[in-house]
Parts: sequence; C-alpha cells; structure tokens
Amino acid sequence: MRHLLATRNLSYDNAMAILDTAQEMATVSARSIKKLPTLRGQTVVNLFFEDSTRTRTSFEAAAKRLSADVLNFAVKTSSVSKGESLKDTVQTLEAIGGDAIVMRHWASGAAQQLANFGWSSSAVINAGDGTHEHPTQALLDAFTLRHRLHGLQASGKDLNGLHVVIVGDILHSRVARSNVWLLHTLGAKVTLSGPPTLMPVGVTTWPVEINYDLDALLTQQPDAIMMLRVQAERMSGDFFPSAAEYTRGWGLTNDRYKTIEGAGTLIMHPGPMNRGLEISAAAADSAQNTALEQVANGVSVRMAVLYLLLAGQPGQ
Amino acid sequence: MTITYLITGGTTPDGVQTDIAIDSDGVIAELGQNLRAEESVVIDATNKIVLPGLVDLHTHLREPGNNDAETVESGTRAAAKGGFTAVHAMANSNPVADTAGVVEQVFSLGKQAGWTDVHPVGAVTVGLAGERLAELSAMHDSAANVTMFSDDGICVWDPVLMRRALEYVKSFDGFIAQHAQEPRLTEGAQMNESALSSELGLTGWPAVAEESIIARDVLLAQHVDSRVHICHVSTAGSVELIRWAKSQGINVTAEVTPHHLLLTEDYVKTYDPVYKVNPPLRKDSDVLALRRGLADGTIDTVGTDHAPHTEETKQCEWVVAAMGMTGLETALPVIQHTMVDTGLIGWHDVARVMSANPSRIYRHTDQGQLTDTGGLVQGAVANIAVYDPSHKFVVNPTEHDSKSANSPYKNMELSGQVTDVFYRGHQVVADARVTTPFQHSR
Repeated sequence: MRHLLATRNLSYDNAMAILDTAQEMATVSARSIKKLPTLRGQTVVNLFFEDSTRTRTSFEAAAKRLSADVLNFAVKTSSVSKGESLKDTVQTLEAIGGDAIVMRHWASGAAQQLANFGWSSSAVINAGDGTHEHPTQALLDAFTLRHRLHGLQASGKDLNGLHVVIVGDILHSRVARSNVWLLHTLGAKVTLSGPPTLMPVGVTTWPVEINYDLDALLTQQPDAIMMLRVQAERMSGDFFPSAAEYTRGWGLTNDRYKTIEGAGTLIMHPGPMNRGLEISAAAADSAQNTALEQVANGVSVRMAVLYLLLAGQPGQ
Repeated sequence: MTITYLITGGTTPDGVQTDIAIDSDGVIAELGQNLRAEESVVIDATNKIVLPGLVDLHTHLREPGNNDAETVESGTRAAAKGGFTAVHAMANSNPVADTAGVVEQVFSLGKQAGWTDVHPVGAVTVGLAGERLAELSAMHDSAANVTMFSDDGICVWDPVLMRRALEYVKSFDGFIAQHAQEPRLTEGAQMNESALSSELGLTGWPAVAEESIIARDVLLAQHVDSRVHICHVSTAGSVELIRWAKSQGINVTAEVTPHHLLLTEDYVKTYDPVYKVNPPLRKDSDVLALRRGLADGTIDTVGTDHAPHTEETKQCEWVVAAMGMTGLETALPVIQHTMVDTGLIGWHDVARVMSANPSRIYRHTDQGQLTDTGGLVQGAVANIAVYDPSHKFVVNPTEHDSKSANSPYKNMELSGQVTDVFYRGHQVVADARVTTPFQHSR
C-alpha cells in the first residue's frame, strides 16, 4: 500500500492489516505515555481545503503519537475562487518537506489526482474528497463495530454475517460510499435507507439492499444502524419537503429508538449529530451509541494507516 | 489555364482509381486515367484515399477572447492538417459572436489565415444569455453571410425563444444548431449520470436532459416548419428521437463528435480532466447506438466540437476543470477506427458525413461536392484531402498544430494520416505538414 485513497479498491488483506494494526495502536492510546517513536523524523502534512476540525485533529493526534512532525495547512478556497492550483500547493508543501499528505478536499477525486498525476511523491491519505470517499471514517467505523463485538479478541476477525443499515443522504455522502465498499469487503450485509431522492442513480448495482421503510428494517434487529448527518443545504425543499417529514420517515426518533432499546443494535454516527433531526437525544445519549468510541478509534485507525504507509521509509 | 497540381493514382470515395488535375483557378480541371500535365506538381496518391475537403460544422477557434487556447490562425492550421477545408466557428468567444461586427472580424481573420474557409456561427441570443434574440438578420446580411446560429455551450432553453429563433431564420433559409441540455436537470453536472457517477461522487448529467430538449425542438421545428440541427448527439435515446422525427418528415439534422463515437464514461475513473467534455462521455451502449445512427443516416454529420483549452484550465480538480477536448487533427483517424475499420461504413459514407452532408446543411456550394456515386466533381472548387489509411501512429498532442494539447487520444494508437490537402487549389498540407496558406484576393 502506497496511498490510501478509497475503500472501493482496498483489498480485504489491506483492510484487515489496517484494522489489526489499529488494534495494537489502541493499546498505545490507553497508556499513560501515549507515544511511539516509529515515525520520528518524518513529516505529515495535513492539507485541508475544507474546514474539519474533528478530522484534522484526529490525524494530528495520530501523527504525533507516532512521533511524526505535523504541519497543518489550511487553504481557504472554494470551487468558485481561483487561486493557487492544487498542483502548485502540493509542490510547495513538498518543497518544505513532507512525507505524507493527509488531504481533505471539496473536489471528488482530488486525492486520486494527487497520487496519480506525478504532482507529488508523498504518500497520500484521503481525508475526504467531495462526495466521493472518506476511507479512514469507514475504517474507524469497521474498527468500532469489530471492537464492540469481539473486544480484545477482535484481531483477525472480519465482519462476516453482520447486518449494517445506513440511513439518510446516501447521494451526497462520502462516508456512506466508503462504508458500503468496506463493509462489503469485510463480509457484512449492507442495507441503505432514506428518501428515494437521496439515493444515487444506479445504486441498485451496488452490493447493497435498498429499503425505504426504516421501521421494517429495525424489526430485523440489524447489528448496527448508521445515521448520516443531514446537511442544512439539503433542506431547502428540493430533496424532501421539510425537516419534520424527514425525521418522521428516517430519523432515529424516540419511538424508533424504543423498538431497539436494549437490543444488540449499535447506533453509529460519523458526527457531528443533529439532535432532533436524524437522531433523538435519547438515542444520541444511549449506551448503544458508539459516536464517542468512533472518535477515539479514529485516532488508532489513523495511526495504523500512517504507520503502514510510512514506517520503513527513510526519515528526512 | 494551366494545370498546377496533378494527384495521381488515388482512389476517390466511389472506389474509382483516378488522376485529378487542379488548375490555376483552383478548380478540379479534369478527372481520369493517365492524365499528363507539363510543369505541374505531381502528388502520388497511390494506395491513398482522395476525399473532398472535410467540413466541420462545430469548431471552437477561441478568438476573439481566449487567444492563449487557440486563434483563428492556429485553429484553422490544425483543421487543414486534419483534412478540413471549411470550419464553422462557434459563437462563444469573448466578445460573443452576436453582432455583425464580431462575425465579420472572425470571418476576416479566417481569410487572413488562409488555411480553410471560416464560417462564423452567430449566437442565437445576445451574449448567449438566453434572454433575447441577437440580430440574426444583421449577421446574415454581413460579409460573413451567417446562416447557422447557435448558443453552443448553452442550451436555448426557453421554449418560446427557441420557437421564435426557428421562425425568424426562415426568411433567409437559416437554421438553429441546438446544444440540447436541459439546464435544471444538469446543474453542476460533471459526467454522465450513471452508477459510475454515483460511485465517483460526481454530479450526473442525465441522458434525459439531452433527450427532452431534442424531443421538444423537433416538435417545435415541425410546428413552425423550420430547420433545426442537433449538435453533438450523445445518447442512444437521442438517436431514437431523431430517427422518429425524420420518419415524420421533420426538418432535423444531427451531428455526432468523434469522441462520442469512441470514448466512454469509464475514462472518468481516472479523474483526468482531459476526459471532461460537454455533453459528457456516455456508455458503451450509447457509443454503439451513435455509430449505428451515423451509419444508417439518422445522424447526418460528424462535427469535431474541437474545444481547445489551456493547460491550467485542465490540470486542476475535475469539478473546476474546463469542458472540452481538441479534435480537428484526430477526427479522420478516429472515424476510420470507429466506423470504417469496424465495417459500418465505407469511404463514400465518410465523404458524405464529413464533407457533403455538412455542406448541404449549411448550403455551401463550394465545399463537399460529390457525384451520386461518390466521385469528385469536375469543375468544383479544388478542396481535397489525400488520406493514407494504412499509416499507424501514436497520438502525441504536443505535435499538434492546435495551440492546446487537451487531446483525449494521447498515447492511443490509431491508423490514418492526412498527407496532402488542397484548399481552393492551393496545397496547404504536403507530406502531412502544413505548407503555406492560400492568399485570398482582397
């Protein structure tokens, strides 16, 4: 593995290697001195074209726990403002001396372009590109699922036979895409639910089932239900009539939560949560909700990715 | 009258091997076996195809306004090298070609360049804004004598405006070339809408956005009894609609680009913006339907939609990259590859769809002349392209005469080379290199 760009083409073996390595990294995070010398002398550049304090902080913590130096570089451009090109920005950063570039970008495909177009010789880690993929999020979700199910015996175990329901704005969600591919690779069954207007064209060719009826899905007691965040800009009436109607159909309301309360169904959310919209306060605060574990596991998974991509490369 | 050039041993589109004598008036003086002419330059065309000069109804020359990407001079030089003797320059320049002044400027730049005929296409609406009609008659009455109007790049979306435009150009037998793209269905569109666009996270450009406009416009053309030309048809459904419209006797003509006959959306997986084009690359089934449509006459002509772009507008994120690809210098090899080598059409049909038909659509009388059997016409203006279909090569856009290098065929192996081109009886291409331009008399 030279880059981590997407889960679409991530092999089973590489995915398992990341999860198993993350398991070991988690023990580091549990120590009083949360640091390994592994990446001493290497530099990780966090290149963020889109604000995301959570993801950036998680990558920063991961790099620092491996003793790498971290450069944070935030670029304030939008798709309409033209300025320095991605190519120039990246080459500038390489001249400063980075070994890995962790990039969040508003443009789908930006990470793949960076890795493949000869603009950079760094390892590229996709921290979210447009509406394409967010592979470390899917890996930390898989890690969280595995950890909940198998605890300290999780190493070497995949997600074979699990049923995971992903609910909400599939169309615009890079988290959903990355999860669909990775969960499928790891053997889980995936069902998508949400308003039909937020299902991508051609989704029937994906390795998933579609069920618009969330209540019916919950009676099947899936192993996990992943509630996607509803973005404010989708609520203008183009995709669904109102926030209230969305919540009635596809929110994890108190009533729906009660049907799975105490059952084995985990409640997952990539954060930040819109309480009262896609998830009720009771569901958000439930012991079945893994949101905070997901955040903690995110650091371990990102440590694993950095380690696997950079360890063994000469420091500078 | 003296014979200036003698093309010997070539095969014309009717399959006949013949010599061709070109005289100093720039006219095909004689066709026949064993022609002799003292003092003339002899071009040995043995084992080559001799075609009427190609005519492109869809070219972006970028001048005025974006001379970094292309100029009338560089674009027509590229056209000549590709075997074209006439191009039609789309109106989306800066300023827009929506007045007699701008179309006359482009027309005059074309004459100065002297590589091919340049016919400016007038904008349908002022500034391509889709709000009110540009001065179509003034452009027609200008020195450029415009009869083709298009807001290409933007759809004439307003049905009333489209109706009025179709009606208005009837007074001088003009026609409207529609860029069929329903704007609301394609807001922010990046590629063909499909399972692949969903996977890649790129906003889709659904086939229905093209087909719904074509359906509307053929019905409008029928209703007001006018002529509509559909630019760059890209979907199987569009081919079906046009086939139906023609069966109803509706006066519609249609064009397909070389790239839509060869490339599919699969190239978008690279996120390389060289494959970003509007309308987008579609699926295999669309490519096959377009090939069949071109072969059976549903689609009348090949238009290159040559769309040069500077490197900086292509070497960037996919979503902000410019749309379009160059095509003049690769058009004939791509048509050979997709249509001739596949057995779908022969050289007579190539001459028809790349020269005679576009000339007929525009009502040119000095381009694209063919006999019924596909022979060249004695007495016709000597616009001729000599083509060697056996020449194999790997496409290298840096060798192109176009100022831009955004060719999607880069590194692809193709067959066919335009070796010699005569424009108005003057040899503008010899041994596959441009020579000197034709001098228009003032």
